[in-house]
Amino acid sequence: MKTTIEPFWWSLFGAGGTLAALFIPITLIINGLAIPLGWLDAPAYENVLQLARHPLARTYLFLLISLSFYHWAHRFRFTLYDGLQLKHLNLLIAVICYGGATVGTIAAGYTLINL
Amino acid sequence: MAVDSLAGNAAVVAGGEMVTLEVFRYRPEEETEPVYQAYEVPVHKDWVVLDALNHIKDHLDGTLSFRWSCRMGVCGSCGMMVNGDATLTCATFVESLLPGPIRVGPLENFPVVRDLIIEMNDFMEKLESVKPWIIRDEEKSLEDGAYLQTPAQLADFKQFSMCINCLLCYAACPVYGLEPSFTGPAVIALAQRYNLDSRDQGAGERNAILNTDEGIWQCTLVGECSVVCPKDVDPAAAIQRYKVSSTLQWYQKLLMPWSGK
Repeated sequence: MKTTIEPFWWSLFGAGGTLAALFIPITLIINGLAIPLGWLDAPAYENVLQLARHPLARTYLFLLISLSFYHWAHRFRFTLYDGLQLKHLNLLIAVICYGGATVGTIAAGYTLINL
Repeated sequence: MAVDSLAGNAAVVAGGEMVTLEVFRYRPEEETEPVYQAYEVPVHKDWVVLDALNHIKDHLDGTLSFRWSCRMGVCGSCGMMVNGDATLTCATFVESLLPGPIRVGPLENFPVVRDLIIEMNDFMEKLESVKPWIIRDEEKSLEDGAYLQTPAQLADFKQFSMCINCLLCYAACPVYGLEPSFTGPAVIALAQRYNLDSRDQGAGERNAILNTDEGIWQCTLVGECSVVCPKDVDPAAAIQRYKVSSTLQWYQKLLMPWSGK
């Protein structure tokens, strides 16, 4: 039987899509609308930093950022592959897309560890 | 005007109204490039596009070739592109397409044999490759009786068994248009029809064909297959469910390589 790696990429894509659809709107509404428009009092910088340093918050942010990157990578790969019909560049496209998501994941991990 | 015999007692709408059908013609012995030919057809309230094509065949131009059989959405042989949409011509009313012209072509993504007739060997080969029949490790003998099934077990696969092989989903699928190697919606849905059948034990054999880049993983969930399906089979859902189960198997094999299969 031919083995395929697609289930792996697809599971990251699916998990990223689910997480992003559920939590990014919440994050955007709180930080992008509610606080700037004064619906909520702006929390002190130290308090937000302390919250972000909590192991659960770090894990949450890491998964949200990393899996969203992989979600983008998978979708963008097929956008280039099918949409722009760059079939002959399949390997290069995959390396750029998933490689980009991996770089983003490492950067997110590095930033969160050193927070 | 006389009521057409084909349509039985069909009533003519708005006395003598006519509509133009632009029909795809390809006669390989006569022309190298296909052309659209216009025909004026009377409008009847209860005529579908297939009735209009039969009117052309019987009264205007006997050389027009197309497939049809049951006229009631069961046989799956009259699928064509009508104004760019993959549809069963026996289920598409002329009245809903007025004032016209109505453009009728062969199903997209398939080679054309003649006029509105496509060549479906690719589909038939793919269908056979996924073994769309009940596979048993060991057949029960006749004395042991029938394989019993509960209504809930029947409900698991019944939806996917409604497929009439009309190929509208292949004509609507942009991935199949780009990648002819793609197994395609109806074949995967029919494979699921057997995989989800409690009497079947062939999921592993089908997986070898379908859990591949040419199988389910080429699908990008455009979803047009489920939009055009005249039987509400929902092939897109069948493929998504297959992706979930294949992914779980993939992780199981990764984390527990000794688990076999």
